[in-house]
Amino acid sequence: MVQSDLVTDLYVFTLAAFIGFEVIRRVSPLLHTPLMSLTNALDAIAVVGAIILAGEGKSTLATILGTIAIVAATSNIVGGFLITDRMLKMFKTSRPTKS
Amino acid sequence: MNSLAGSDLLLQIIYLLAAVLFILSLKLMSSPKTARHGVWAGEVGMLLAIVGTLLHHGIVDYRGIAIGLVLGSIIGVPLGLVHMTAVPQRTALSHAFGALCVTLVGTSEFYLRAPNVPPFMMAVLSAEVILGSLTFTGSLMAAGKLEEVLPQRPITYRGQNFVNLSVLAIAVAGAAVLVTHPGHMRLFPGILGVSLLFGVLMIVPIGGADMPTVMSLLNSYAGLSAAAMGFVLDSKLLIIAGALDGASGFILSVNMSKAMNRSFSNVLFGAFGQEQVAKGAAGQEAKPVKSATPEEAAAILGAASKVVIVPGYGMAVAQAQHKVRELYDALTKRGVDVKFGIHPVAGRMPGHMNVLLAEADIPYDKLLDMEDINPEFPQTDVALVIGANDVTNPAARNDPSSPIYGMPILDVDKARTVMVIKRSMSPGFAGIDNLLYYLDKTLMLFGDAKSFVGDIVRELGGGHS
Repeated sequence: MVQSDLVTDLYVFTLAAFIGFEVIRRVSPLLHTPLMSLTNALDAIAVVGAIILAGEGKSTLATILGTIAIVAATSNIVGGFLITDRMLKMFKTSRPTKS
Repeated sequence: MNSLAGSDLLLQIIYLLAAVLFILSLKLMSSPKTARHGVWAGEVGMLLAIVGTLLHHGIVDYRGIAIGLVLGSIIGVPLGLVHMTAVPQRTALSHAFGALCVTLVGTSEFYLRAPNVPPFMMAVLSAEVILGSLTFTGSLMAAGKLEEVLPQRPITYRGQNFVNLSVLAIAVAGAAVLVTHPGHMRLFPGILGVSLLFGVLMIVPIGGADMPTVMSLLNSYAGLSAAAMGFVLDSKLLIIAGALDGASGFILSVNMSKAMNRSFSNVLFGAFGQEQVAKGAAGQEAKPVKSATPEEAAAILGAASKVVIVPGYGMAVAQAQHKVRELYDALTKRGVDVKFGIHPVAGRMPGHMNVLLAEADIPYDKLLDMEDINPEFPQTDVALVIGANDVTNPAARNDPSSPIYGMPILDVDKARTVMVIKRSMSPGFAGIDNLLYYLDKTLMLFGDAKSFVGDIVRELGGGHS
């Protein structure tokens, strides 16, 4: 990694953390459980790194570990989005809605 | 980065788009009305990023990838279909899976690059692997405790904090040596092993009631480890997703520690659970309490104009939420204003109680958190406590000698009448006697939450029995 890339990455991390704080502070405590399962699913974007690792074929170890990593991350993506949506579907208001 | 080929540039733009969709996804979570759109935004972002990566020109072999994606989906679907009461252990398990992915990628990267790793890269790589592996075993332990395959009681011993911190210090020291002397490759498996061990030790002293804090903390660790992986791979998208997850877990940890009245450093080191040993609970004389039958309780509730129900985890354990919903219906039909007061640590993870009540079809605008419901108790005719204990104990407000003094509580004692459904007079998790039970205005309703609420509903002439 070049030095300038590193600095850019630090900027990205810091700014993203700030955005995270501001956005997540506004999430109602009502939805904190689905919030956690959603951020967990988004976190599984790590699958992208695992895909490259498993696909580049640089070493047998990397391919094997990469494949297991894909399994772990994919199960988080599929399961995480699924359960978040199932939970959110249940939240209904007592006030009559237009639909 | 300076000479991007066309396809590389396209991929980077796709990643940027995915990052925007992720942030949008969390923004849409701010209200239950838009939250489901948030899930869709997240899904689209994820799909874009994965498809974009699959078309990446550096990939030469798709076999492992295909196996991984298919197998992961097969495992993921049942994990997405668990019962709502099992959501905490499912979430703990998903923290473990996320951390496993990060740790495995970090390990591979180490062996692909070592020993020619610049100091900063080795530092983030070590951070990735240490955070990843301790989150992996820690989350597995948490899932085991929540699923009750492991003992829920906190296991403590003298010098536990010292042992735990020493184990962590060994891992960090090992990493420090590796940063300065990348040639010592044999240190790496040691760092990995010690971090895995620390994850186990970290959760050993944690009791069931501390789980909301631990879950949030592991959530934050999982996010930070993913961000570290983003630094290693120079993936801005991963850094952003990890930072968002880390920030989210951090905010929830702070919320939970405030709700439990624990200092933040206490939370950061994972060293909680042991200070609240039962003291003074034994040897106390049995003080008189007033109790009531379902008939009497139904008569009082039916005559009330404003009722606040305070559910705790005991309600979920008794599977009483659907009976509570019938009670809500029966009272609402009589024109009684019924609301729910939810303490932040009710349940086994942040917000869990809301999910359980929403599942029982209780409208979410009737679910109020502590700050919103507390001002309403003085105008409340009946506060009905179901399966909650410590979070209603007035000692937290006015007894400086109480171990829970200073913990924010639901002010149920300010209601005109208090009813508490409880199996027996046994003290709660903290082993502290609840002063609420001995008040003149308090009626104890002894029995199983589910059948007792069912009896009240029958008296009120509602329900389906």
